[in-house]
Amino acid sequence: MQRREFLSSALALAAASTLPAARAEVVSGGQPWEPGQANLPALPAPRQGGLAYFTQAEFDTAGALADRLIPADELSIGGKEAGCATFIDRQLAGDYGRGATLYRLGRFVKGTPEQGTQSPLTPAERWRKGLVAIDAYCQKTFSKTFVQLDGAQQDELLRGMESGKLELGSEVETRELFEQILANVREGFFADPIYGGNKDMASWKMIGFPGARYDFRDVIGKKGQKLTIIPTSLIDNTL
Amino acid sequence: MANVRPKVDAVIVGLGWCGSLMAEELTRAGLNVVAIERGPWFETSTDFPPSVDTDELRWDTRRSMLLPPAIETTTFRNNRSQTALPTRDWSLNELGYNVGGSGTHWAGMAWRFLPFDFEPYSYTLKRYGKQQLTDGLIVQDWGVTYDDLEPFYDRFEKIAGVSGKAGVLNGKQVEGGNIFEGSRKNEFPLPPLATTRLTDLFTEGSKKLGLHPFMVPAGQASQAYTNPLGVRMGPCTYCGYCLYYGCGNFSKSSPNACVIPALMQRSNFTVLTDSAVLRATLAEDGKTATGVTYLDRNRKEWHQPADIVIFSAFQMQNVRLLLLSKIGKPYDPASRSGVVGRAYSFQTVSGANLFFEDEQLNQYIGAGALSVQVDDYNGDNFDHRGKGFIGGAGILVVARGARPIGNADAVPPGTPRWGSDWKKAYTHAFQNGTFIFNQGTSFSHDECYLDLDPEYKDANGDPLIRVTFDYNENDRRMARFTEDKAVEIGKAMGAKIVNGFDSAATNYGPYLPASDHTIGGAVMGTDPKTSVLNRYQQSWDVHNVFVLGASSFPNNAGYNPTSTIAALSLWTAKAIIEQYLSKRGPLVEVSA
Repeated sequence: MQRREFLSSALALAAASTLPAARAEVVSGGQPWEPGQANLPALPAPRQGGLAYFTQAEFDTAGALADRLIPADELSIGGKEAGCATFIDRQLAGDYGRGATLYRLGRFVKGTPEQGTQSPLTPAERWRKGLVAIDAYCQKTFSKTFVQLDGAQQDELLRGMESGKLELGSEVETRELFEQILANVREGFFADPIYGGNKDMASWKMIGFPGARYDFRDVIGKKGQKLTIIPTSLIDNTL
Repeated sequence: MANVRPKVDAVIVGLGWCGSLMAEELTRAGLNVVAIERGPWFETSTDFPPSVDTDELRWDTRRSMLLPPAIETTTFRNNRSQTALPTRDWSLNELGYNVGGSGTHWAGMAWRFLPFDFEPYSYTLKRYGKQQLTDGLIVQDWGVTYDDLEPFYDRFEKIAGVSGKAGVLNGKQVEGGNIFEGSRKNEFPLPPLATTRLTDLFTEGSKKLGLHPFMVPAGQASQAYTNPLGVRMGPCTYCGYCLYYGCGNFSKSSPNACVIPALMQRSNFTVLTDSAVLRATLAEDGKTATGVTYLDRNRKEWHQPADIVIFSAFQMQNVRLLLLSKIGKPYDPASRSGVVGRAYSFQTVSGANLFFEDEQLNQYIGAGALSVQVDDYNGDNFDHRGKGFIGGAGILVVARGARPIGNADAVPPGTPRWGSDWKKAYTHAFQNGTFIFNQGTSFSHDECYLDLDPEYKDANGDPLIRVTFDYNENDRRMARFTEDKAVEIGKAMGAKIVNGFDSAATNYGPYLPASDHTIGGAVMGTDPKTSVLNRYQQSWDVHNVFVLGASSFPNNAGYNPTSTIAALSLWTAKAIIEQYLSKRGPLVEVSA
C-alpha cells in the first residue's frame, strides 16, 4: 500500500461509508512485493501554467515574505527567486495544507503554552486568513499592501509578528502565523528541489550540504577537512 | 459477531521489534500466529530504497513514517488540576505506523540497561538508605535482573547485527568499551562504527576530565553481516538518513531488515495490515482473553479468536488497550490504588549546545547511533551521597546526520532567526555547531499517570489516553547535576560557546525537545498491588495476555529502550514456549 493512500484514508475517516467494502490486507506466504512499484513522494500536479492553491496576489505576497526572511545577499539568491512561494503553494494544495495528519476532533479550547496549538485552522486556512490579515493591517497603517511596502517596513512588520506584539485580529494568532510562515519558507529554501523550491540547490551550496547522497565511506576518514561535494537532488536520481 | 477469522494459537497486536521477535519465536516453536498491524506493509525495496529515502522534507519534517495524530493522539496536562487538551500536531510522541513499527524509523542506539536499572530500589536501599528517595517517587524492582536478561540481550544483538565494543567481558574490563556496563558473555557481533571529527573531539575532551568515553552500541552494521535467521545486512554507508527514515542499504537494524524476511517464509504466520485492534475480548469469568476485536481499513469490525493475546504496540497504546479491554485495575491517583496507567514516565534530558570557532565537523556524514558517550554519571555509577537524587544520564555526542531544515534553529544564542545575519550564522553553524545530549534516567511519581480522557476520542469513538505528567524533584536535581557535567565536557572539547540546557528546568510539554522514550503504565514487578505484569510480562489478572514494550518499565534508564524491550520480548517468548504452553495459567503465584 502506498503511503499517500493512508493519508487520504485518514481524511476519509469521517466519510468511510462511501469507501468500497474490501477486507483488510492479509499477508502470508512471502513478502507482498510487486515489480516496478516505488513509494514516491506525493506531488500535487500544478494546474497548467498556474498555481495549485494560492491566488496570484497570495503567491506574490508569499514571495515577498520569503525574500525578507531569506534575502538575496552574497551567500545566496533570495527566497523568492529560490521558489519558496511555488513550494508553499504546492504544499498547501496537498495533504500538508489540508492538515491531513492533524488531530482535528473535539472542542478547540485554548490551553496552557505546554499544551501547544489548539487552533482549528489547517495550514492552508492559516495562510489564507493570515495573508488577508497582513494586508488589512498594511492598508490600515500604510494604505498599501505588504508587497508595496519597502524592505525596512516589511522587516518591521515581521519583527512585530515574531514577537507577538502586532495584532492581526481575532481570526489569526499572530505568533502561530509567523512560525508557520517562517517554517514553510525555510522548508522551501532547504527541501529537495523536487518540491518546487531550492532552485539549483542554492541553499545546499550555501551551507555545504551534499543533498541526496547515500554513501560517504570514501570521505568519512577525512576528518576535519573541508569536503567540497557537489550536491545532488532526488530529481537527478531519476525519481 | 458476523466477521470472525479462524482461531489461532496466538494473536500479536503490533508488528514492531517486540511483535516480530515474539512471532519469530512462536512460529519457530510451531504455533499458528496472526499479527495485526495498524499501519501498512512497508519494505526496503519499495518504500525506502536510496532513491526514495534521501528526502528530509518527507520523512523528517513531515514525519511521513509516524502514526499521524489524526489517527491517534493523546491528551496532555501537567497536573490533575488542569484540563487535558489533545496534542494535535506532531510532538515527541513518535509512534510507528507500519509493518516494522518504530523499529523502522529509529536511530539505532542498541543499549543494554545497567544492572542498577532493573533493581533501583534494592540498590538504593543498600547503598544509601531510604532517605535518598524524594517524596512520592516510584522506585521498585522489576522482578527480572540484568543477569536474567543477559542471554536475551546477546540473542537480540546477534539478530540485529549490533556494532560495538565490549567493556566488561565475563567480569573483566576491556579497554575501549564501556567499563560500567553489566558483564557480557560475548563480544558484540560487529566492531564499532567509524569515528568522526565530532566523536574524536568528545573522546579527547572527556578523557582530559578523567572520564571513560566509548562508542555507543549501534544498530547499524559496520560490516557486511548475516544474522542467525540467515538474513544478510550490508555495511553502513554513513549517509545519515536514519532517524525518521528507513534504511535503503539493509544496514540499519530493523524488523523489516532483520526478522520479517525470515518470518514471512513461514506458513504458520500471517500479518493483517491496515487493521486497528480495538480491544481484547474476555471470557465470561474475566480470567482469560478469547481474542481481539479489530477494524480493517474499511472500518469493518472483525474478531480474531486466539488462545494467547500479545499486546506489542507502542507503550501508550499498550496501556490504552489494557484500559479499553478492562484488564487490570486502573490507577487512581487520589487513593494511590490500582495499577494500569501508574508509573508513567519519560526521559529527563539536559545537555549543552556547542559552537566552535573554526571546525569542519561535516555532520551530514553519520549514522543514527554513530555516537560516543561517557557513563561516569549514569545510573548508580557514581556516589550519590548528599546529592538528593538517584539515577543519572548517559552523556553523549551523536553524528547522526545534520539536515538543513531540521538544523535551521541551531545557531548561537542571540542570533536572529531570519534575514542575512541568520543566513551567515547558520552557514557557519552548520559546520561548527553541535550539542552534548544527556539522556537521563526517569523515575515516575504518584501524581504522574495515564488514564482514559473523559472528553476527547479517536475517530472510532474510543477515548484517547490522557497523560498527566511533569518532572519530579529527583529528576530535576539529576538534570541540573548532569547539565553541569555536559558544560564541563563542552569546554574541554574546545568549543567557543558552551550553553547548558535543561528540559526539566521548566514544565514538561509534548512539543518541547527532549526524547520520545516514554515508559511505564503497564509495569512488570513482583507485587500485583504495584505492577500490572509479573516478571514474564504476563498479566496478573488475565493469564493468557502478555504485554511487551517500554510500558513494562517501572523506571527509565539513561539509555534508549530498544534492546531492553527486545530482550524482554525474547525472555517472555521463552517463558511462553517452555512454561505457559503446558501450564496455561499464571507463571508466578501470588501469595495471599
